[in-house]
Amino acid sequence: MSLQDTKPLIGRVQEVGGLVSLSDYEAGGGYTAAQKALKHMTPSEIIDLVREANLRGRGGAGFPTGVKWGFAKGEPQTPGYKYLVCNGDEMEPGTFKDRYLIEFNPHSLIEGMILGAYAIGAEKAYVFLRGEYHEPNRQLARAIAEAGEKNYLGRSIFGSDFNLDLRIHLSGGRYICGEETALLNALEGKRGQPRYKPPFPPASGAWGRPTIVNNVETLCNVPAIIRNGAEWYQELGLTEDAGTKIYGISGRVNNPGLWELPMGTPIRELVDVHAGGMQDGYKLRGILPGGASTDYLVEEHFDLPMDYKTIQDAGSRMGTGTMILMDDSICPVDMARNLQHFFAQESCGFCTPCREGLPWVEQLLADIENGQGKDGDLELLDQNALYIGAPGNTFCLHATGAIEPLQSALKYFRDDFEHHIKHKSCPYREN
Amino acid sequence: MATILIDDKVYEAKAGENLLEAILSQHLDLPYFCWHPSMGSIGACRQCAIITYADEDDTRGRIGMACMTSVTDGMRISLEAPLAKDFRSTVIEWLMENHPHDCPVCEEGGECHLQDMTVMTGHSMRRYRGTKRTWENQNLGPFIGHEMNRCITCYRCVRFYDEYAGGKDLAAFGSRGRMYFGRFEDGTLESEFAGNLVEVCPTGVFTDKPFAQSYTRKWDLQSAPSVCVGCAVGCNVFPAERYGDLKRITNRYHGELNGYFLCDRGRFGSHFVNHEKRIKHAGVRTQSGDYEFGDVSNAIKVAGATLGDRVIGIGSPRTSFENNFALRELVGSENFCTGINDRELEVIKTALDAMSRQGIVVPSLKQVEEADAILILGEDIANTAARTALSVRQAVRTKSFEMATDAHIPTWQDAGVRGHAQSEKSALFIATPAATRLDDIATQVSSGSVSELVALGSSICTKLRSSTASSDDFAGRVTDALRTAKAPLIITGSSLQSIELVQVAANICIALQEHDQTSSFLFVPTEVNSVGVALLEGGLSLSTALQRMAEGQGAIVLENDLYSRAPADSVDKALSPGNFVVLDTLENRTAEQASIVFPAATYAEQTGTFVNYETRAQRFYQVFEPQDEIAPAWSWLSHLAETLGTGSTWDSYASVLEQCAEHTYSLLRDIAPSFDYRIDTTSRIPRQSHRYSGRTAMNAQVNIHEPKAQVDTDTPFSYSMEGQNPGDQNGAAIPYVWSPGWNSNQSVFKFQQEVAGKLAGGDPGLRLIENIGAQLQYFDVSDVGASRKESSFEVVPLHLVFGSDEMSNQSWPIKARIPAPFVLLSPQDATALEVKAGMGLRVGEITESLEVQVDSRLPSGVIGLPQGLVEISQREVARAHLSVDPEFVARTNVSPEVIAKG
Amino acid sequence: MSTVELISPLTDEERDEIEAEVAHLPDRESAAIDALMIVQKHRGWISDESLRSIAKFLDMSPATLDGIATFYNLIHRQPVGRNVVMVCDSVSCYVMGADSFAVKVQDHLGIKFGETTPDDCFTLLPIVCLGACDRAPTMLINEDLFGPVREDELTEIFSRYS
Repeated sequence: MSLQDTKPLIGRVQEVGGLVSLSDYEAGGGYTAAQKALKHMTPSEIIDLVREANLRGRGGAGFPTGVKWGFAKGEPQTPGYKYLVCNGDEMEPGTFKDRYLIEFNPHSLIEGMILGAYAIGAEKAYVFLRGEYHEPNRQLARAIAEAGEKNYLGRSIFGSDFNLDLRIHLSGGRYICGEETALLNALEGKRGQPRYKPPFPPASGAWGRPTIVNNVETLCNVPAIIRNGAEWYQELGLTEDAGTKIYGISGRVNNPGLWELPMGTPIRELVDVHAGGMQDGYKLRGILPGGASTDYLVEEHFDLPMDYKTIQDAGSRMGTGTMILMDDSICPVDMARNLQHFFAQESCGFCTPCREGLPWVEQLLADIENGQGKDGDLELLDQNALYIGAPGNTFCLHATGAIEPLQSALKYFRDDFEHHIKHKSCPYREN
Repeated sequence: MATILIDDKVYEAKAGENLLEAILSQHLDLPYFCWHPSMGSIGACRQCAIITYADEDDTRGRIGMACMTSVTDGMRISLEAPLAKDFRSTVIEWLMENHPHDCPVCEEGGECHLQDMTVMTGHSMRRYRGTKRTWENQNLGPFIGHEMNRCITCYRCVRFYDEYAGGKDLAAFGSRGRMYFGRFEDGTLESEFAGNLVEVCPTGVFTDKPFAQSYTRKWDLQSAPSVCVGCAVGCNVFPAERYGDLKRITNRYHGELNGYFLCDRGRFGSHFVNHEKRIKHAGVRTQSGDYEFGDVSNAIKVAGATLGDRVIGIGSPRTSFENNFALRELVGSENFCTGINDRELEVIKTALDAMSRQGIVVPSLKQVEEADAILILGEDIANTAARTALSVRQAVRTKSFEMATDAHIPTWQDAGVRGHAQSEKSALFIATPAATRLDDIATQVSSGSVSELVALGSSICTKLRSSTASSDDFAGRVTDALRTAKAPLIITGSSLQSIELVQVAANICIALQEHDQTSSFLFVPTEVNSVGVALLEGGLSLSTALQRMAEGQGAIVLENDLYSRAPADSVDKALSPGNFVVLDTLENRTAEQASIVFPAATYAEQTGTFVNYETRAQRFYQVFEPQDEIAPAWSWLSHLAETLGTGSTWDSYASVLEQCAEHTYSLLRDIAPSFDYRIDTTSRIPRQSHRYSGRTAMNAQVNIHEPKAQVDTDTPFSYSMEGQNPGDQNGAAIPYVWSPGWNSNQSVFKFQQEVAGKLAGGDPGLRLIENIGAQLQYFDVSDVGASRKESSFEVVPLHLVFGSDEMSNQSWPIKARIPAPFVLLSPQDATALEVKAGMGLRVGEITESLEVQVDSRLPSGVIGLPQGLVEISQREVARAHLSVDPEFVARTNVSPEVIAKG
Repeated sequence: MSTVELISPLTDEERDEIEAEVAHLPDRESAAIDALMIVQKHRGWISDESLRSIAKFLDMSPATLDGIATFYNLIHRQPVGRNVVMVCDSVSCYVMGADSFAVKVQDHLGIKFGETTPDDCFTLLPIVCLGACDRAPTMLINEDLFGPVREDELTEIFSRYS
């Protein structure tokens, strides 16, 4: 068994010891899935296989990929009528997995996109990439050129009648562009404000055409599923969710980083084994399990396996699977302020609760942190959290995500907030 | 239909319609900001939150936005649930974080939608402790004031200006809590619909700048239902008065015509009413040429003596049907002239003939918006009837609504519809001499001289009638588009003064009818009552009338500067005997040569009827009593009749109307309520709001005694705040919109049967002509055959939205937008003449050299001259020689930055 | 009429690069962000004059294009120094001491966030998560990513840029 059979995403990177070149990729069986699929499989067969494999979106929402692709099936096959868009706008604070995949294994993304595009009948595909991702951009651009030279992209790929034009769109930089409809507006060259759904992108997406938007990691999973089958993929997971997951940890641990592990690896194993445990003198207090926009998990949750359902049942979301650790030296109020500063800054300015509510929340947190909190401020925060955070109260889910860490901080670390207001100072600063 | 349960009460609504609209259509109160009845929903402000319940057992429900919800049968919602009310008040609290507390000095105060909604939600205590954001404002030109600190980021301004009206120079900048709405840099807003920002903005960001210079609170204004005099569309307006001055014009909703929007000529073009050149007294010209004022009865007596017993009358397309009728009564039909130049009158009569033929449907503007293929033949409607162009802009979206419906996107989901359709549009073909401000949305444009446009129209008609395969040229593509359309529309007009053009346009409609297609025909006359006075007809053409005057026959000239109608030399000759009387509002070249001048009331100072392009007769009511000796023309004519001992005399508007209806169209009695109409059988309708202040003291510096309230014997309105304005009265009798809790113009929904539908009491006006033809009958179009000559240029008149209308040109805000006189050249001719834009040309007989402007669409051999700014011969196809004026200096300091751009 | 339009014409290279993007898009306006990024790459920032030229080249109004330009964090509508230093202020770097790191960078360059050094060498800006959270605290100088950065490395790092 090679590493690729247990770690389809970055096993090859580990084998090669860095960037997987085209020849490295092919030597490890790269592009055989695309070749096989374009010659011997119908688009429906691919969609069915991906659905059977139970691949779920790795961008945060966890929507079944095969089902999503199915929404775009059966539309007229006029050339240029549909689009496949890879969401490489990785901007969720604490998340750094897609950068790694694109920078070190760009051909797996390209092959995944060939398969996805073929499955939904798109002849035009875009990678929407963060503007700050200069090195990934260089590597991906080179890989696209290499693939083009070998006719893995372009016209009549692998001698089939399938064509694919793959382009990179470098983002002008906005967190909200990671939201798929905002991403589509940005791709169209417009202000990256989200769109109302319905219509959903598979019905009316980029330039009004049926469009599928998939996360980088999601697409990178597809070649191995085609190569090895749905059953193999499902068995990679430890719990009911299939496949592997790239988990990441940042914060005061001895060995921060990324690991491709079976879906459902327990949190404590991630922290203590893979990340090498907490640094000396620091104690783990809380975890944002899937990026900045997820609810805190605390001590009572640390033995849970990291999969979609378990983490949701625990009151949070698996999100991107890259965790941010809060240790005991960090003031929860100030951390909340830092988080709300980010979300207020990155609000697109379209709807009222997000545009006007988040700056108010940030200001209240700053006041409390700076010893200027007043009685009633926590109730004001609660009210704002309730009204800003409920899905449907705002136009998109940006503010909902913003409120998740706040409402859980108010729940788990309320003593800290009250202490700040009562003593008009931050105890963490005095230490 | 669907049945919905709102707070446990049953209501009827339309399945699939927008829930916010359904709620407002029931006249229930629900706050909102970003939604607009004409622009649909975007879900930005989150103000119209309600509670929706999943099923009968659901007791908690969840917050939803009414504007983003479709009505479904059996749905259950609550407006009054505490959670919904608390959320709505929180939304206001968020919006008010940064909104300045400057209401006392804000132009919007007292009619501010944000004020209303704040009060409605109950938010009153400020809890936000941060500083407020501030902005630098922009100078947006003479019409619109800008105060960005007041902005609540509802996006209505850019949605109206850019998406609805096609403007390009207003945008949303920035993001998060730092959103700015303005121009790229300071400068005049280019669109001729910019004035609507004043009404579209829910608070005081965009305000009426001329109004602000002499400001009055809405509640202190006196107003009455009226009709815009800017062009022949007949948009309904509210002129508003205080201290004897017309202060401003705002939109008066009409479901079939202007809807919620006016053009800027209409909104800012009425300040001529307060012009210093108003004629205010009856005057008799003395030997020295000066006018002697002060003795009205003497003036009437002198007029009688001067006119003699064989009097002719020259009427006017810019005054009321009744005033023209009164003149016709006085002089007799055979001695009455419409006052329109001969060629234009023939064009209008041809159009009226066409409109009465079978197969010709005349569309309202609402129907224009439903057209799915449009051909504009010859008329630059963005300049001659700007509101029509705004409707054409909506019509090209017909296809996007079809596409949206196919994709299961509700048509009210505005961003979704636009995003899905992208640049797909319904067919719009424009054939005009020069570029128009609708070219940006046209499927294809074509240019030509007048004769070429006629030939093009004939060719389209021939193709429609033949069964031959279509050709791949402009005419062929137009033919294909019209043939396959469900609601084709042909638009033409009188501005090119071509009878043949109107005939071919009508023939195209008739050809479509032959194919069993219902087609619409929209003819654009130039002036507010062109159609009305043309329907009155008269035995004299203008050229004959002028000749009679030149021969010494006495004449009464009614509100008409003859120099704008006929060549100066012929008018000079006509006026030289000097035995004519002028009734007019402003001094002009004709009036200053009259023997006797009588001060006529403007439309704001009298009651009357205008007939629009559809032949819709609409009543406009006196807004305020005119000052000094100013009186409606019919009353002066009554006095003259008495002196002359002929015709009829009247002592009230009601008596003129009665006789007019009896002798012309009896429908005139029914278009609006008569003087004895009352609410609940007893109440008059007040011209003043119930908060109107200072009635007893506003003239105390003149007379300390409380003035007697003015009595109105002509209309159902009162000159006071007493009475009722309930909302469901006759739609033609709404003096202003206001409803408890709704002080802003948004209150109009309380006056409608349903949101954006008909007025509760019906949309005003009735058409005098419905098509009556029994069989298809084409016009025989005579061969125009005007070939181009090498030595001279064919002149086409260009109409300008700011500059070609006699009265609005005298309105001071408009003056700032009128360009220097210019000549429009094709690029080829400019090259041949070795001139560039900004250089000067001598054109034909015109004394003053004209500034060159180059138009990429104008054909070689044709030049355009701005109507109203330079004298253009109106007798036939005019031609002119050109020569370069090397001395020319462009009038940069007086020319406006922007005329009007799409 | 308006006076001479203040535009700064696009270079052939800029035009070619923008056209290459347009070729893969359904219409010219769709290349708005690409065009802004391309011109900024060459000129460091987007001046009003540059913005007018791009708008003209893409057949769109300056207002619409500026609405787009001002939406995005990475498009500079004000002049920047020869090198742009962006320091991450998001949560992963925050828990690793980004706030005090940011103070040190400011002290080192002698400017605050949003400012440019008097010699025009550096402009200092805050930036959201750079996606290198395992290397916190992180910093981006032009296209070069640094992390984890220790205070004693700053002198050497900045000395690489002139």
